Amino acid sequence: MDIIGRVHSVETFGAVDGPGIRFVAFLQGCPLRCLYCHNPDSWLKNGGTEMTTTELVDQIKEYCSFIVNGGGVTLSGGEPLFQSEFAAEVLRQCKELGFHTAIDTAGSVPLEKALPVLNHTDLVLLDIKDLDEANSVDLCGASSAGAIDILNYCEEVGKDVWIRHVLLLGYTLKEDKLYKLANFIKSFSCVSRVELLPFHKMGEFKYKELGLPYHLKDTPEPTPEQVEKCREIFRLCGLKVQ
Amino acid sequence: MSFKKGNWNKEIDVRDFIVLNYTPYDGDESFLSGPSKRTLALWEKVKDLNQKERDAGGVLSIDTKTISGINAYAPGYIDKENESIVGIQTSKPLERAIMPYGGIRMVRTSLKAYGEEMDPGVEEIFKHRKTHNDGVFDVYTKEMKNARHCGIITGLPDAYGRGRIIGDYRRVPLYGVDKLIEEKTQALNDAESDFMSSHIIRLREEISEQIRALNDLKDMAKSYGFDISEPAKDTKEAIQWLYFAYLASVKDQNGAAMSLGRVSTFLDIYAECDLASGKYSESDIQEFVDQFVMKLRMVRFLRTPAYDQLFSGDPTWVTESIGGICLDGRHMVTKMSYRFLHTLINLGPAPEPNLTILWSKNLPKNFKLYSNLISIKTSSIQYENDDIMRIKLGDDYAIACCVSPMRIGKQMQFFGARCNLAKALLYALNSGRDEVFGMQVGPEIAPVSDKKLDYDEVVRKFDAMQQWLSRLYINTLNVIHYMHDKYCYEKIQMALHDESVIRTMAGGIAGLSVVADSLSAIKYADVYPIRNEQGLIVDFKIEGDYPKFGNNDDRVDEIAVNVAKNFMSHLRKHSTYRNSIPTMSILTITSNVVYGKKTGSTPDGRKAGEPFAPGANPMHGRDKKGCVASMKSVAKLPFDYCEDGISYTFSIVPGALGKSEDDKKANLTQLLDGYFVETGHHINVNVLDREVLLDAMDHPEKYPQLTIRVSGYAVHFTKLTKEQQMDVINRTFHECF
Repeated sequence: MDIIGRVHSVETFGAVDGPGIRFVAFLQGCPLRCLYCHNPDSWLKNGGTEMTTTELVDQIKEYCSFIVNGGGVTLSGGEPLFQSEFAAEVLRQCKELGFHTAIDTAGSVPLEKALPVLNHTDLVLLDIKDLDEANSVDLCGASSAGAIDILNYCEEVGKDVWIRHVLLLGYTLKEDKLYKLANFIKSFSCVSRVELLPFHKMGEFKYKELGLPYHLKDTPEPTPEQVEKCREIFRLCGLKVQ
Repeated sequence: MSFKKGNWNKEIDVRDFIVLNYTPYDGDESFLSGPSKRTLALWEKVKDLNQKERDAGGVLSIDTKTISGINAYAPGYIDKENESIVGIQTSKPLERAIMPYGGIRMVRTSLKAYGEEMDPGVEEIFKHRKTHNDGVFDVYTKEMKNARHCGIITGLPDAYGRGRIIGDYRRVPLYGVDKLIEEKTQALNDAESDFMSSHIIRLREEISEQIRALNDLKDMAKSYGFDISEPAKDTKEAIQWLYFAYLASVKDQNGAAMSLGRVSTFLDIYAECDLASGKYSESDIQEFVDQFVMKLRMVRFLRTPAYDQLFSGDPTWVTESIGGICLDGRHMVTKMSYRFLHTLINLGPAPEPNLTILWSKNLPKNFKLYSNLISIKTSSIQYENDDIMRIKLGDDYAIACCVSPMRIGKQMQFFGARCNLAKALLYALNSGRDEVFGMQVGPEIAPVSDKKLDYDEVVRKFDAMQQWLSRLYINTLNVIHYMHDKYCYEKIQMALHDESVIRTMAGGIAGLSVVADSLSAIKYADVYPIRNEQGLIVDFKIEGDYPKFGNNDDRVDEIAVNVAKNFMSHLRKHSTYRNSIPTMSILTITSNVVYGKKTGSTPDGRKAGEPFAPGANPMHGRDKKGCVASMKSVAKLPFDYCEDGISYTFSIVPGALGKSEDDKKANLTQLLDGYFVETGHHINVNVLDREVLLDAMDHPEKYPQLTIRVSGYAVHFTKLTKEQQMDVINRTFHECF
């Protein structure tokens, strides 16, 4: 069944979005407006390039010799669950081809919309923005409730999850917050890895290009020492951290 | 030493010896030893000499009086006490020799550039002795000189040694020199026929030269206190004998590339015997290897600044090919393969020797991971596809220079540098006139109109221009190699070959991605020529977008494939000197910068003077879908039509390769497996942060050993020209957001 979707771009060598070498398709459109987003050009749902599921899967097939053996396909965004029918069909076909599948999501859609996608997903890279609802709204425009729903679901069905969390000074990079998050994650046996991602400014130029205000101009990137200290917190809670 | 006997005992057959006696190694790197005290002490001295050489502006000293030769110098040492492998090119370390047989003019220019005078005695000799360069210019036609002047054919070995010939240096330790002389004497006696044809006359003269060279080799070794008339008896001797043979060739020839061959697995056979008998320990053997490699790092040639502009960083291309698969199905990785790579850790990174992994999907996993780890740490290794080369060349071939495979001791090439295909495309549009010099160089074919360029018409005219260029190119090479054989014959290297060798005429092309993108622009966008007052097309107006090479898009990738196939097909039509087999490479070394400088604006939007992409690389910044798509495009270029190699340079920032050290290694391994399964031929791997390079431009003194891979070889980054440094930095670095 061919479904039309909108794709922001593809990266044929993704080595940091799931295990191994991955074909990463960045799907267009995201309901969140995270302050630190480095792909603001992927926000609007009518941007990007129109593509059918067959067209995208045909492209993915081309890279078979690279993404077999430990790699796979990752749908990222934008928010890949935002185009859940398209994403579900692409991943269904990828599974049929024998590829490992992953989605890189912040879970910002209702669970019932996410389920068809999750059914064809081997690994969920789940971005938890901030457990505190008010703080999360300040940071991204929404709470992390959707992400927690997905996490609970994955726990229930035993689906592999890597938690991702962006470290931003003045927002998430706070010791008490990180302890709270680590202790929360610890209780989920489906979580096999935590990736703490230091905020970076490589997307800043895009805001200028799009004529959007960039609120983090004066926020420094965390130092390697600060990042290491944060990782230590998660390690102390018995979690595997990258 | 007790070796398994076989055909190698009956005739010269090094491969047979290796296959019967080598021990594949599947384990990991944990057995390796660090540098010995002697090695460290010696390396300190060498580093110090390297620093002095840099401080002196690139050349430490020149022996202006002695005409270089196998046995022209008294023995020289760096620090005799600590040297376990001895021998240097001249009598002082890093002192450069003059080798005038390729061209006395080049010696004169080089000496002048480094503030030295021609020695009157040498000058006098070369009043009576003709050189290769003199011979070539006696014969060059006006057309050849024009093509050379405008740079449509460039980098030609008409003023210097052609190189790219690999002596089978292993024959010396395996057989001893006396046996080799005996065989050659027999060959000389056999070289007779009823009619003394020019072929037989030349052959007899060459074999006589070879025998003289072998005697010189023996004498040179004797001056260092070694009798190499008999076979080597242990690892240390095997390395020393082999090194003397190589040393003789770099005393005899200032070849553009003086490659080593495929020696590590051969040497491992000796090491396994010595380890078993207890004669030498692992750390002893590593010391011999480290010191051998140190010597290889010290090979120097006297070259002109103009030459350095083309091939920057003082390269010698001491290429050593490692790994690969044996025809009987076993892999050919041995402990010695690890020891050679380990020199990059023990001595730190370096461009030479040019360590080249012959990659196969069937190499042992441990070795793949280890070589990739060394790549990540040092950016000093290149990889080439054994699975596609083995079919054509068997399992005892090696890489000469960057990407040119040849059967060791059985095949050599006539190096042909390259022609500038992007310029040829402009000639097709400009009725054979050069867009920079304005002069008529090619045939005056009918001009294109001022309207939108018509794809079919351009393709037709480009083909006519290639027909002309290929004929001129092969004829020019015929002249060069006739004269090189006559005046600058590689006697010691050819003494380490069979008498009947396969010869290839190795052509090359530069600017493939510029041509492919230009043709794609003409086909898929609207391209209009812009003329100057003289009516020459000097620029283009491009309306609309077009598919670009490097995005795995067949619309343009097929254009690139067809351009390569078509030019090779043209090369095959012409008669060649000594019936050599025409081949082609897609390789530019660092000359992509200079070629770009000499080429006008092209229809892809590249402006006059801007660099080409190196080798077969997509143009800078035009590959938008990540490196795997880029590799897929390059891998489509057919090795069957480019048997002299297809060079691809890949640079990635460490963070984009994966998160942990283990991830990075594993991902790089998977990436190479994928690229080579897709029939990619060659890849240089650089794992570097752009910031490091920028810092090295400002503070070269902080980075004396910073090594990067450019098309087909490695260089000290700080030895590149500013322009080349900027080219490397601007070149596509694969990053991740």
